[in-house]
Amino acid sequence: MAARFIQKILNQLGLTAARDAPAAAAAASSTLQAQVNTTPAASRAYSSGAKKVTLIPGDGIGPEISAAVQKIFTAASVPIEWEAVDVTPVRGPDGKFGIPQAAIDSVNTNKIGLKGPLMTPVGKGHRSLNLALRKEFNLYANVRPCRSLEGYKTLYDDVDVVTIRENTEGEYSGIEHEIVDGVVQSIKLITEEASKRVAEYAFQYAKNNNRKKVTVVHKANIMRMSDGLFLRCVRDMAQKFPEIQFEERYLDTVCLNMVQNPGKYDVLVMPNLYGDILSDMCAGLVGGLGLTPSGNMGLNGALFESVHGTAPDIAGKDLANPTALLLSAVMMLRHMELNQYADKIERAAFETIKEGKYLTGDLGGRAKCSEFTNEICAKL
Amino acid sequence: MSMLAKTVGRTLMQAAAVRSYHTTPCVRKEHGHGAANRTTCTLIPGDGVGPELVYSLQEVFKAASVPVDFECYFLSEINPVLSAKLEDVVASIQKNKVCIKGILATPDYSNVGDLQTLNMKLRNDLDLYANVVHVRSLPGVKTRHSNIDTVVIREQTEGEYSALEHESVPGIVECLKIVTAKKSMRIAKFAFDYATKNQRKKVTAVHKANIMKLGDGLFLRSCEQVSKLYPRIQFEKMIVDNTTMQMVSNPNQFDVMVTPNLYGAIVDNLASGLVGGAGVVAGASYSSETVVFEPGARHTFAGAVGKNLANPTAMLLCGVKLLRHINLPTYGEVIQNAINKVLIDGKIRTKDLGGQSTTQDFTRAIILNMS
Repeated sequence: MAARFIQKILNQLGLTAARDAPAAAAAASSTLQAQVNTTPAASRAYSSGAKKVTLIPGDGIGPEISAAVQKIFTAASVPIEWEAVDVTPVRGPDGKFGIPQAAIDSVNTNKIGLKGPLMTPVGKGHRSLNLALRKEFNLYANVRPCRSLEGYKTLYDDVDVVTIRENTEGEYSGIEHEIVDGVVQSIKLITEEASKRVAEYAFQYAKNNNRKKVTVVHKANIMRMSDGLFLRCVRDMAQKFPEIQFEERYLDTVCLNMVQNPGKYDVLVMPNLYGDILSDMCAGLVGGLGLTPSGNMGLNGALFESVHGTAPDIAGKDLANPTALLLSAVMMLRHMELNQYADKIERAAFETIKEGKYLTGDLGGRAKCSEFTNEICAKL
Repeated sequence: MSMLAKTVGRTLMQAAAVRSYHTTPCVRKEHGHGAANRTTCTLIPGDGVGPELVYSLQEVFKAASVPVDFECYFLSEINPVLSAKLEDVVASIQKNKVCIKGILATPDYSNVGDLQTLNMKLRNDLDLYANVVHVRSLPGVKTRHSNIDTVVIREQTEGEYSALEHESVPGIVECLKIVTAKKSMRIAKFAFDYATKNQRKKVTAVHKANIMKLGDGLFLRSCEQVSKLYPRIQFEKMIVDNTTMQMVSNPNQFDVMVTPNLYGAIVDNLASGLVGGAGVVAGASYSSETVVFEPGARHTFAGAVGKNLANPTAMLLCGVKLLRHINLPTYGEVIQNAINKVLIDGKIRTKDLGGQSTTQDFTRAIILNMS
């Protein structure tokens, strides 16, 4: 928390310096920049030795693919230490089922986690675990990069978009009521604070990852106040990042253009529901949820996860595809600024898929999860 | 300054466009059928390239000697000075029962502080509750997917488009999404009736009831309830995000889809993108009394105004739908065949389909191919 605060101040100093005296600031700001870069938020607390990462293996195929990821990380000798926790709901002192305190504490101290798919039992009296985790750690932005993979042919081969979705409010506010019989009112909640937060994250992401353009996806022509507020917040934020191109597009236009020419878009930032829909659609363009990583950024830490289901039918049979979780873990490494490891693992994974000798069933191959994993390890 | 010049330019252009309608085809012509058999149809050119597309349609109708007269109203939200009064337009549509409409641009804010857009007002005044977009792969139009044949039926009088919003305290906005059992049942019944009438096998309800348990839940339950009355038609539910994912990877699994308002807009556009874009898909909005035919994906294509670039196929297909609706199927067929011929030939293509031809060239080609 403190590290984050200091970084923020430094950032602001950098900005003001640059604004006050553009010519003289070049040298000054570069030193400031250097300082900022050497103090990444997440790694500060564990600057010596291995960093701890919470691992939530998940249900169904979760444990297998988590093991695969761990194996690959060991092979690449990534300097992190896993702390596996179980999030099976337990009955708390208030009688309600919830995530065990140990798991919460673990993420809170480590500030970073990797999570396999979780099953939400229907009608067991506790709410979705995913939702609980999101609430617990204030995960406000969901990031999903979708990129066409060489070696796995889909109808689209030029996809490289990142969807950034506001994850705490909007249509998913959960405020609903039945006014009279047969008339329901659901409230979509948009706040300036949350909109600004996700907007800032989107532009920062674009900047850190050398992206050129941010597109805000909205429907402010229909929802003039709520989406209008979101749009204004992103628009304001865009001015603070003049180096990033900025455009505004209606949701329908993006849907239409995305399936015709996905190359038109780069980073997309949007409210909750639109993000939910577009991120899944983009995943569909590149081959489904089994191949797309996902990261959740929060105030109290970041959680990276694979967003596919638990696939209970193939669980335990060594048939699952660990790609999504592995790529999420790669995203996590980038977040921890362990870029050289991230690049190495990503390259090995992409190469393995490109060669096509060891593909799992969902990609049309016949290899087992372990064979796929071993091949990646061999390539490292 | 440039903004001003642009606005003035646009206004003049649209004014000119409007004038041209009154002089060209709206004139009554003596025809074999005699004046008594002629149908009058309200015509709203719309914004953006709308006027150009409507002009193309009128040319084609004239060439085919279609016994339809147009009653033209320029209705626009972004151009309030030139716009006809909404009441007049509504009265005209109520009188004629049929209307052809281009797309109305909806700005992000209104000059008078209205939350409702002109489109919404028109739909609500006429109670145009069901929007039907038949998305079909066209012959000769090469796209990534093939053999798509899906009908998207969208409720369009409630849901997210309620225009009920308020700022509780500065920086906190609430937007109400209204779902009622009455309207959900009505659209579900419409969808199943449509499926029955058109020999369709399956109806898919698109929802997000896992999150919006009450709102979308009510919609879903209503669909389920109605589905029980139609045992011969298969009923299926699908969550909206999964729907979009399935749509881009395996669109052939869908038959008839029934959706609430916003998801309908999403699916319409997505599906239109799969078969060639906004320029080739026609749609229609129904109330119990009237029908408004309009392109299926709603884009004004404002960047192409006056450039003679837009693809009139969607608008021509609207015309074909109109002719079928008013029981002039032979005329409709002539135009439909001409469109198919030109598309299969592939020599005359507008830019959106990878060609270099102009709107005018395309229109002319259609006219030459009518027999």
